[in-house]
Parts: sequence; structure tokens; C-alpha cells
Amino acid sequence: MVLTGAEIVIRCLQEEKVDYLFGYPGGAVLYIYDELFKQDKVRHVLVRHEQAAIHAADGYARSTDKVGVALVTSGPGATNAVTGIATAYCDSIPMVVISGQVPTAAIGQDAFQEVDTVGITRPCVKHNFLVRDVRDIARTIKKAFFLARTGRPGPVLVDIPKDITAQKCEFDYPQSVSIRSYNPVLKGHQGQIKKALQLLLEAKRPMIYTGGGVVLGDASDKLATLVRKLGFPCTNTLMGLGGYPATDRQYVGMLGMHGTYEANMGMHYCDVLLAVGARFDDRVIGSPAHFASEPRKIIHIDIDPSSISKRVKVDVPIVGDVGEVLGEMLAALDATTEKPDQESLAGWWKQIEEWRRRDCLKFNQSDSGLIKPQYVIQKLWEVTGGDAFVTSDVGQHQMWAAQYYKFDKPRRWVNSGGLGTMGFGLPAAMGVQLAHPGSPVACVTGEASIQMNIQELSTCKQFRLPIKVVMLNNRYLGMVRQWQEIFHGNRYSESYMDALPDFARLAEAYGHVGIRVDQPGDVEGALREAFKRKSELVFLDIQVDQTENVYPMVQGGKGLTDMILSAEDL
Amino acid sequence: MKFHNDTSMRHVISLVIENESGALSRVSGLFSARGYNIESLTVAPTEDASLSRMTIVTSGSDDIVEQITKQLNKLVEVVKVVDLSESAHIERELMLVKVRATGKDRDEMKRLADIFRGRIIDVTDTTYVIELTGTQAKLDSFVGAIDAGLILETVRSGICGVGRGERVLKV
Repeated sequence: MVLTGAEIVIRCLQEEKVDYLFGYPGGAVLYIYDELFKQDKVRHVLVRHEQAAIHAADGYARSTDKVGVALVTSGPGATNAVTGIATAYCDSIPMVVISGQVPTAAIGQDAFQEVDTVGITRPCVKHNFLVRDVRDIARTIKKAFFLARTGRPGPVLVDIPKDITAQKCEFDYPQSVSIRSYNPVLKGHQGQIKKALQLLLEAKRPMIYTGGGVVLGDASDKLATLVRKLGFPCTNTLMGLGGYPATDRQYVGMLGMHGTYEANMGMHYCDVLLAVGARFDDRVIGSPAHFASEPRKIIHIDIDPSSISKRVKVDVPIVGDVGEVLGEMLAALDATTEKPDQESLAGWWKQIEEWRRRDCLKFNQSDSGLIKPQYVIQKLWEVTGGDAFVTSDVGQHQMWAAQYYKFDKPRRWVNSGGLGTMGFGLPAAMGVQLAHPGSPVACVTGEASIQMNIQELSTCKQFRLPIKVVMLNNRYLGMVRQWQEIFHGNRYSESYMDALPDFARLAEAYGHVGIRVDQPGDVEGALREAFKRKSELVFLDIQVDQTENVYPMVQGGKGLTDMILSAEDL
Repeated sequence: MKFHNDTSMRHVISLVIENESGALSRVSGLFSARGYNIESLTVAPTEDASLSRMTIVTSGSDDIVEQITKQLNKLVEVVKVVDLSESAHIERELMLVKVRATGKDRDEMKRLADIFRGRIIDVTDTTYVIELTGTQAKLDSFVGAIDAGLILETVRSGICGVGRGERVLKV
């Protein structure tokens, strides 16, 4: 069948069973948009800014196990997409971005809306392609989906010049594709798995530390089975929340810069550490030198060899798909009669419970008439029965959401962990809501972050997305203010935001429901009211305590055990 | 092995990469983005025109070089990576030196080129172009042996490397 390049692009997306395409039209993609118009299998979601298209595709991908797909035009369309692409890259999110490019003959001529998209995105994609021949479109898109979803997932960009989308050729979508230079290792090395198991069985103070890899690898069931069989404590990174049920007794909370006391202490003082799909980043272990000061054996399962022994030297590296390796580990555990050392384990748990009794996340709502931000998240968790999809922006509200919303299931927590992109929350929630119509979706945000992509309230109206925006309004760039308070002598340089809009009325102007909440007593009622309105977007502008800080806190570059637990420690 | 050691060693990394536009910038971009050293980088297609062979001379501690090879392997277009300096290998670099060759210097230049087994490949009344191949050290000592004032220009290719004996880097 002879088709135009544009028809081929759309046919490829149909073949990949893409149901939502997030995008924004422009000159270089007009042929593609024309073909979109003529079909109804791939539904296009018109965003208000290309960055939001990428975040929406990202939210869609994170909350499902599918590839998110976005379409943008050349030049500014592509550069606006870059922040979104980098966000997805940092968190290893499977995504295919199709960008238009100026016609082949104009490339390099400084044409209107021309940028070197492949060059600009090269450091923040898993891979990218410039298609120079209409006959290459189908194979390239097939490769893009294959690369995006296999191995360590990531965004893949396909740049297509306008003239290529108008040319014709025979269409044949390849059923499979192989790339000789790309063969991710899936199965773990048996000898290494055996060694790892031996270490785990001999451990006196074990800890299991898991990250986004468990969520992306859909391995949380296997992880839970392993953790329970071994009886070990488990901690999750910010990206790994929901990988292990947060309400389980063996869960010790999130670790890292704003992790719990018990998780950070356990991480530091364990003698055998099993790391699964996590990468020991600076926000997780703080100073590598301090972390290395306590002797422990480390087992690291990861699909990406370059994540292993990058910041922390690992004793037993296991390269492979976390689900596969955990499955192999479970099989090996079942095959042995050896059991973990119960006596030592009991002593270790006693120590952990002692740490846990410090109740590092306690806060006092009753003291003043001010709404504590932690209280809002706690109520959000209660009102939604812990079963909502929660997206967040970046800053204090993100940390409170991570600390106080107890995620029991994977893919429920959607946030920009690696890049820390403000403006991520609302567009990501659009992707989540489209992927899960009928499910409650909350976007926890702040008055600063929300303004970075607030135009998407318009998209939400057009596509009838009943997202609940839970905005913790403290009139400050809260995390910046917190650091300025602690490290810069209370000099709040440019972190106070004056002239804020009336958000409730702004939401109403977009055609949504807006509610302003000033009193602690009104928080729960407002949340209930919001979630009762199943078909409407409700924007809650919650005026919270301006001076509240996120604790515990490990200062950047310090050791995990150097925690500031409350304002009294300052 | 100490993990965060500061001992920076010279390494010769050889790799086979798809011969596609942009492949070179993926490699060089990786080095600059992650702050790795590049002392020299050479690249050209192999006998199989779909593949290129690249030799990169870099330096770093063991853990950095381990990361470099892992990060290179992670690039989708990279087919194979070998750290040649892990075992016996041969390095060669090509240099072209244009020198002033007049008066008594003319004979002296010819003699020096012969001693270093160089070849004079361009002759004018006043200049020679001398072609020399060898290890970096040999080329350095040739440059050191001639009067600096007589050197008009030098061009060096950066080194090519290959493993000794049966060690073969092939797809």
C-alpha cells in the first residue's frame, strides 16, 4: 500500500495501539495533523504549551505500563518540549516524541522555526533519529517504541522533516525489529544471584532499598513476596514509592534527604544492603564518603550496568530486569532450606522499632489556627482511602506528599524525581486521568509550581478532566525559603511571591470549581466536596502555615545520619 | 581496589560504532557532559562500511574509566567497547611536520628524518614535509629533537590502537 509519510506516521501509531497523542500543531507537522484529522483511532489531546504535552505523555506512561507519545512542531515546538523530555529521561520514562522539522532542503539554512532538534535533545534522550527518507519512517518509529520500552526505558525522539511527510512510499509496518548494538541483559547471572542470596541469609542487620526500577519493571509483587519471606525491613526512594506497600509493618518509610529517621539509620547501619532498581543518588545517600564509612556488603540489581558502582562501590552486582532477577532470587530462596538468622533479625528489628518510636514525621495541627501542610496530605490520604493517583510538582509540597500519602500500590505516585521540574504536576495529572478515567486523580502542588503550567486548566476543561488540584499555598517558594532560612541567615532572596492571583476565581474563569480554604476545620470538608464532584475539576487553594519546613532533613553533601529532625535541631 | 582513588592512568579505549551521522557527537558529547578527558579521538569507517572504528585516549582513575566504558556501551549505536590498555596492544600515530629546510639545516633535517625512520614526502627549495608514524612518545621525541624554530607546522592524527595476537575487536 502506497502512503504518504504523514499517513505512515499515523498508521505506525495505530499499529503501536497508541490511544492518546499529546501535542500541538505547527507548520512542520501540518501533513501529520491532516492525517490525524482523517481518523479516530489515535485521539489527540491539544495542550496549551508543548512542555505540557510531554509531561502529560509522561504521566500517562508512569501510571500505566505503556509508552507515552507526543507530537510537536519544529523550532520552538521542539525546544519547549526539551524540559519535558529531560524530565522523562532523568526518571527513565518510556516515551516517543515525534517532532516536525523544516524541509530537508532547508536544514542548515537557518530556516524559519529551524533548530537542530536532534542535537539539542541528544544529551536528554535515550536515543534520537532524524528521518531523511520516507522509506525509513516506519522502521524508525518501530525502533523508537522498541528502544523506549525495553532495557532501561527512556524517551526517544524522532525528528521528521516536513517534505518527508508529504512524500510517498510503500507502507509495511515491521512486526519486530532488532538492533545489533542494543541487547539489554534481562536474566540475572546465576552465580551472582547465589552469592547474593548467601549474603542475605547470613545478614545480621539487612536492609532492602528499592527505587523507581521496581515500579517501572512492574516487579512490586515479587519484591513484596521476597521482603516478606525474608522478614527484612524495606525502604523506598522517592521514585520507588508504592513499590512496596507503605502501610506494611516491614516498611520503614522513604529514605534520603527527607527520609524517615528509621530508614536513614537503617540504611547507614545495615550490614547487608540489597539495592533494587535504585541508583544511590545524592538525594538518597548524601555524601558517598560518609556512606562508605560504615562497612556493609552491597548487592545491587539494576538493568543499567552504568548505574552500578557509579557512586557507591558494589560487592555483588547483578545486571538484569529487576522482575526477572527477583523471580530468580525467589526461586533460589525456595530451593534452599536455609533461613535468615532469626535471632539477629529480632535484635535488628528491635533497634529499628526504637528508631521508629522517634516518630520523626509527627506534627502538631492543633496548636495554632494555621493549616499545617502535612495535615492536608494526611486528610487527602484518608479521604481518598489511600487509593488515588497523586501527581506532584516540585518543592516542599512534593516532599510532604511523599512523606504523608502512604502509597500501597505502584504507579500511583507520579512526580519529577530526577530533574525536579516545577510545572510537572498538572499536565502529568492530565495524562494520568486520561489513562484512568473514573479514578480519583489529585495534583498536589504549590502556588509557585502551578503557575508554571497553569494554562493547562484550559486543556482540562476541553477534555473534561476532573482532576483535583490540591494547592498548598504558603506564598513562598517554600523549599527555597527553607534553605534560605537554614543556610542563608533568613535572607529570603526572591522567594516571596507577591501579587498572587485569586486562584479559586482563576479556576472559575477557566470553567472549573475553585474553593479557597483558610481554616484547619474546613480542610477535610473541602477535600470531600472536591472528590464528590466526580465530573468536575476542583481547584483547592489551601492557605497553609507559611513557616513550615520539611523534616527530617539531611543537608546536601552531609551523611545520612546527620538528620535535622525538627526546628529545635537547627 | 580502592574505590575513589585519585590515581589517574592513561587508557586507550577502542570501540566499534554504527557509521551513522551523529554517532561521533554522541560519543564526544558524552565525554564533555560527564566531564571525562579526551586526549585524542580518531574515527574512520572500517572494511564494513556500516561500521566505524574509534580510538579514544583518555585518562582517569579506575572507577572513572569503568564508568566511561559503561556509558559508552550504553549508547545505542555503540556495538563494542574495549579498553586496550588492559592488556598487550599496539599504538600508532601519524604525524606530518613541515619544517624549514635551508642551508645546513637541510641536510640535518634529512638525517633526523632517517634516524626516526620518517619519510620526506614533500620537497621545496625551502621546506620539507616529513611523515612519521609511531607511538606518541616517538613522535614527541622527534619534535623535541628538531630545533623548535624550524618547525612551520605539525599535524598529528591521534593514535590508532589494536590488541596484540588473537585479541580481536570485531562484530
